[in-house]
Amino acid sequence: MNQYDDLSEYLLRLGDSAVVQGQRLCEWCGRAPALEEEMALMNVGLDLFGQARNWLEFTAERLDDGRSADQLAFCRDERAYRNLLLVEQPNGDFAVTMLKQFFYDAWHYHVLTALKASSDKRVATIAAKALKEVTYHLRRSSDWVQRLGDGTEESHDRMVKALDVVWRFTVELMAGDEVENRLAAAGVIAAPELIAEQWLATVSQVLEQATLTVPPAAPSFYLSGREGMHTECLGVLLAEMQSLQRAYPDAVW
Amino acid sequence: MPSGELPPLSAAVIELIGSDRQGRAGSPEDIERAWSVLADVMDPEVPVINVVDLGIVRDVRWSAGHLQVIVTPTYSGCPATEFIETLIEEALTTAGFHQPVLKQQLDPAWTTDWITAAGRENLRAYGVAPPVGSANKLSLLATASEIACPQCGSVHTERVSEFGSTACKALYRCLDCLEPFDYFKCI
Repeated sequence: MNQYDDLSEYLLRLGDSAVVQGQRLCEWCGRAPALEEEMALMNVGLDLFGQARNWLEFTAERLDDGRSADQLAFCRDERAYRNLLLVEQPNGDFAVTMLKQFFYDAWHYHVLTALKASSDKRVATIAAKALKEVTYHLRRSSDWVQRLGDGTEESHDRMVKALDVVWRFTVELMAGDEVENRLAAAGVIAAPELIAEQWLATVSQVLEQATLTVPPAAPSFYLSGREGMHTECLGVLLAEMQSLQRAYPDAVW
Repeated sequence: MPSGELPPLSAAVIELIGSDRQGRAGSPEDIERAWSVLADVMDPEVPVINVVDLGIVRDVRWSAGHLQVIVTPTYSGCPATEFIETLIEEALTTAGFHQPVLKQQLDPAWTTDWITAAGRENLRAYGVAPPVGSANKLSLLATASEIACPQCGSVHTERVSEFGSTACKALYRCLDCLEPFDYFKCI
């Protein structure tokens, strides 16, 4: 049916953010501060890959251009990726990793909650499934942000530094564009303003409990992920993630 | 489909589907038998619970002359999903069902509320604390109230990690008998 329309575009955004966030989490494999945390990071990554597969399979069916979900993930270049800039940022220390995760989880949670009521049945189905998992992710990352922020002097300092590094990329979570506005008008997704409001409320509450200050709104020029204009980190991440498919095209497990 | 309308079967096909199935395609007894075959297919990650007790088999029916099994995945990224489907296919084929068809269904999303009482008891006896409460009633930041230690039954337990050895489990520790244990998360 080859429908490269607003919905296909939006599905790519959801799928790509999940892929990139999952890939970043898996970089902790063998390096996490404790075994339990390593398992948690990998499990969250696994959930996100599963969700990405659901979104990208739907995208692939709609695009109907011969590409599978795997090919969408492993054979598209950086400029074709539609993920949030937030998720492609390097892991940094555990504070940066958990804060990025928390910002993404809070956004993901509210987005999926709204998508459960999407006018598109398939979107609603995938979202309902994913939301169960993401609720767990959000619970865990909120917990860590509080523990680290309201922990020792060292952990608090690290969270303050993390906030300084990560906050600028959150403006993208709170702004819609034409594609999203049209989809919202059609009842497919929630209005971007609503998500922004809910995200900020969740984030403010947790940061406050973590004895951290909510910074003022970040400048609005960090908005380009969904247009395929990324920070330099994404190219490196994709080079590693896609290396096998690039070296041995169509190789299967 | 009345048996009289079935096209003649080749010898090879008869051998594949098993002589007991000859001319009885689509009978309710076969559906019943399929369910009992499925009750012997164990979850490879938690080998004490079968796929029926786990609540992932949504339906078993006849479609275009083939047995169709509708399966719902537990977690979006559960790496065991495809393996479980292969196990189901193998078990049904071995039991004489010719080319069973497996279909995945996401809606409604699987919930631990579908784990049967027998399944829960098997989990507990195996050392995995079964999910507590109803997934529908869980609020966002609520933690399950009392998780009983599967070893000694004490509810004096603490969570070690939100995630355990597989996506479906969390890691707990009993503060009385000191044994660590897996808790099957309520979702």
